[in-house]
Amino acid sequence: MNWFFEAFSTAIGKKLLMAVTGLGFCLFLLIHLIGNLTVYGGPGVFISYVTHLHALGPLIAVAEYGLLFFAVIHVSTGLLLFIQNRRARPIGYAVKRNAGGRTIGSATMPYTGLIILCFIVIHLLNFKLIDQTPQTVFNTLTNLFSVLSYILVYTAAVIAVAIHVRHGFWSLFQTLGVNHPKYMPFIQGMGIMFSLLIAGGFGFIPVYIGFIA
Amino acid sequence: MTAKTISLTLKVWRQGRGEKKGCFKTYAARNISTDMSFLEMLDVVNEELTKKGEEPIAFDHDCREGICGMCGAMVNGRAHGHQKETTLCQLHMRHFSDGETIVVEPWRARAFKVVKDLVVDRSPLDQLIQAGGYISVNTGGAPDGNAIPIPKKTAEAAFEAAVCIGCGACVAACPNASAMLFVGAKVSHLALLPQGRPEAARRVQTMIRRMTELGFGNCSNEAECEAECPKGISIVAIARLNRELMKAEFL
Ligand code: SF4
Ligand code: FES
Repeated sequence: MNWFFEAFSTAIGKKLLMAVTGLGFCLFLLIHLIGNLTVYGGPGVFISYVTHLHALGPLIAVAEYGLLFFAVIHVSTGLLLFIQNRRARPIGYAVKRNAGGRTIGSATMPYTGLIILCFIVIHLLNFKLIDQTPQTVFNTLTNLFSVLSYILVYTAAVIAVAIHVRHGFWSLFQTLGVNHPKYMPFIQGMGIMFSLLIAGGFGFIPVYIGFIA
Repeated sequence: MTAKTISLTLKVWRQGRGEKKGCFKTYAARNISTDMSFLEMLDVVNEELTKKGEEPIAFDHDCREGICGMCGAMVNGRAHGHQKETTLCQLHMRHFSDGETIVVEPWRARAFKVVKDLVVDRSPLDQLIQAGGYISVNTGGAPDGNAIPIPKKTAEAAFEAAVCIGCGACVAACPNASAMLFVGAKVSHLALLPQGRPEAARRVQTMIRRMTELGFGNCSNEAECEAECPKGISIVAIARLNRELMKAEFL
């Protein structure tokens, strides 16, 4: 097993860890978004979705521990890469201009990542680690979205996720060695579409709750 | 045809040999022909400095025709200046305007120590080559050049990577000071050809480990390297490097 951990400690091994866990989170985001679309069906549909989801029992537990495991790897490897990469250039440039490769997404990965991590903690505290019996989960949702400061925090997190995914999506394919001039433009386009979908899909929920529902 | 001339203000990083610290000094470059290259412009400035009894600005150069990889500096925050696929020796002064201020700095990376002024020690790139960027040729009669057929497409892909001149601009431009494009170019060049296959797995494993030991950073797919590479090497080479490492470690 030693060779296994050794392989993942190389410069590329660490990238692979980021890519595979990142792919997992992209899939999770997609499933989470599809599930959340039931909000637009009103309290009945949303509550029935949540009940059905929780009825999956052990499957949900496996998914939760899996996601937690992925998160530990993604965050710790990301932190290690951040520190190592900063150390690789102890004296910076007086003047540095981008040549055209860098995007807002790629330049801010560690910071958007940190924002997302903070939001996940808040999100779990609000929905997962509280007693949901005194009220329905739909009420929790509407209560939270009636507070302006929460809406702002939520919107900031959604934007951070979209920016993070904008770089993360195509980047994970590049890391996994899937880059060819034939299809890279398609993957790049998919990444932008996916981040817009995430931003729109999640971002519209407070608007719907506040003005439409 | 009368040559156009421009005058510039240069802010150049000066650091004495063996000194830990340096600083920017300002120089005037007067009546510079726009037909000159950036290095020729520095020659003119150096001539004046020498006449005044001052130490000329040290910079690396050799072929001055864009093929050796010796030259290179950050010009206004861009590796080899702002012209695409151009080395510093091939960057012409017609791309600058009269009265402009230009900031000139050496490559910055933990792995590249400043030797003097704009000269950095790029021997870590040689050490990367020593870690596996070669094919072992055993003694014996010279093999027939066409004994092993290689498809044209493969030969061209290998050549696209082989054009790397080892200038280090990719490291200098990379926000993480990573040498992935350089390593990717070497690994691609050799792994694509049948002669390079026998050692392909060991090569990629030792080179990637050596890269970290030498103090280069990790790639985060910023793609600044491909934008600055004077030879236009694409990060497709890095994707191939990743594939080669996965094959070597897990297959
Ligand atoms: S890959 Fe390009 S930028 Fe990097 S050393 Fe080779 S020629 Fe220079
Ligand atoms: S001096 Fe040889 S490439 Fe510039």
